[in-house]
Amino acid sequence: MKVIRIIGRSITNAGKSIARNFSLSMASITCTIITLILVSLGVLVSYNVNTITKDIEKELTIVVFMKKETTKDELDKTKEALSKIDNVADVKYTSKEDIKNGMISEYPSFEKMMESWTDVNNPFQDSYVVSVKDVRDINETVTTIKNLDNVDIVKYSESMVGELISIFDAVKTGTICLVIGLVLVTAFLINNTIKITIFSRRNEIDIMRLVGTSNTVIKLPFLFEGLFIGVLGSIIPILVTIFGYTYIYNALSSLGTSNILSIIKLASPGAIVYKTSLFIFIIGAVVGMFGSVKAVRKYLTV
Amino acid sequence: MEFIELKDVYKVYKNGVTGLAGVNLQIKKGDFVFIIGSTASGKSTLIKTLYREEKVTKGSVYVGGVNVSRLKNNKTYKLRRKIGIVFQDYKLLPKLTAYENVAYPLESYGMSASEIRPMVLAALKQVGLKDKTRSFPHQLSGGEQQRVCIARAIVNKPKLLLCDEPTGNLDPETSKEIMDVISDINKELGTTVVMATHDKDIVNRMKKRVVVVSNGLIEGDYLKGSYKVNESN
Repeated sequence: MKVIRIIGRSITNAGKSIARNFSLSMASITCTIITLILVSLGVLVSYNVNTITKDIEKELTIVVFMKKETTKDELDKTKEALSKIDNVADVKYTSKEDIKNGMISEYPSFEKMMESWTDVNNPFQDSYVVSVKDVRDINETVTTIKNLDNVDIVKYSESMVGELISIFDAVKTGTICLVIGLVLVTAFLINNTIKITIFSRRNEIDIMRLVGTSNTVIKLPFLFEGLFIGVLGSIIPILVTIFGYTYIYNALSSLGTSNILSIIKLASPGAIVYKTSLFIFIIGAVVGMFGSVKAVRKYLTV
Repeated sequence: MEFIELKDVYKVYKNGVTGLAGVNLQIKKGDFVFIIGSTASGKSTLIKTLYREEKVTKGSVYVGGVNVSRLKNNKTYKLRRKIGIVFQDYKLLPKLTAYENVAYPLESYGMSASEIRPMVLAALKQVGLKDKTRSFPHQLSGGEQQRVCIARAIVNKPKLLLCDEPTGNLDPETSKEIMDVISDINKELGTTVVMATHDKDIVNRMKKRVVVVSNGLIEGDYLKGSYKVNESN
């Protein structure tokens, strides 16, 4: 009962302090709002870059063309050898007959010409489509494949994919650093507000100390104050995350293919906006309390 | 062991200034003791060591059997709840009424409003301010503000009342009234009173035990009424 009363009074005092130092609290809340919006943006960008990278990785395959004279047995052996390579996730066989039929069905005008092709004079080559586990190790995998028996040509879009992935990796690292930096900025801002509050209330704190108030009870209102500032500062960023992201997603989805922006394929809202919102809320609350604890420890020499 | 006991107490501040230089003092429960001395003689330092606002450099300080000098920072509040402190500058919160100022410590201890009310009213009655419960500090005279400070100090029924120059900001007539209030608390509630003061008239009139402090040392210890301050002191 006593503890509940103390917590209740601390919450009331924290609320009173925010109201009493309104302009200061508002300045801190505003800064928190701005930084948390940027944090949210960073998280969403990072998530989308990650999704795009994964999609590209999924689509990236190595095509292994076999020598024309390769026999059925040798083809099977090559498939076995390909499957045994560490970085290989999947191996799919496409015979030269399949390629021919595929081309005929796609371009019926070729039918007359290709009809006469038999297994002997079919100019296409048997091939394997190999997908890899980790795109970053694709060069080593290709080298291994090239050294296999009966392998004629190995093709994959190395330069473009490699560059794209390294750009995305850099963007991802950059946004994560940005998010961490912004979280620290938020903590610093809240920490500063509490410092000023403590300074302006040092007389009261002094009296509390001298009349026998425990350290915990003196500190509690400041902790709640930091928590409230953080939580209040996270409300608008959460709304921006949920409605802003959904709006942008819908706007991009409705664009015609002629619009250059239509190439940006955002991850669908749903889970991601709620997860980001929860993250923003926790960051606001935890960072608010952390900033406050730091200020209280340093400036409340009880 | 006496209620208050200082054994070979030294206090040297960080800047090298010596506040106390080997003080030995014993005070019985229920006593009324004046600590007198010139400015920077060490009397305020002595009072501050009793409520652990200053940590002694050497020696030991016992209050009610507790070794205050060994008390950890986060445990000092337990000691301070058993001690009432009266300050020269009253240390009242300007935005709180007289009632709220007196109730303030009890609220921070987590007591309920129904427990607090009779205690606050009794303390305000004791200092003669029952009619001023709703007044804010700026609506009260200096003497009345000091009474509120005394009421706050005694509201938790402490065994010890420490007064650091309580009449320093008051005129002689008001000082006399404040001294009467503190004297009544000593007599009626049996509270031990230790008071640092400059006020010669009060010391002469009250005829209590007097401890003279000079250069951080106890220069003299006079039993009830045996000390007479004159102009040369």
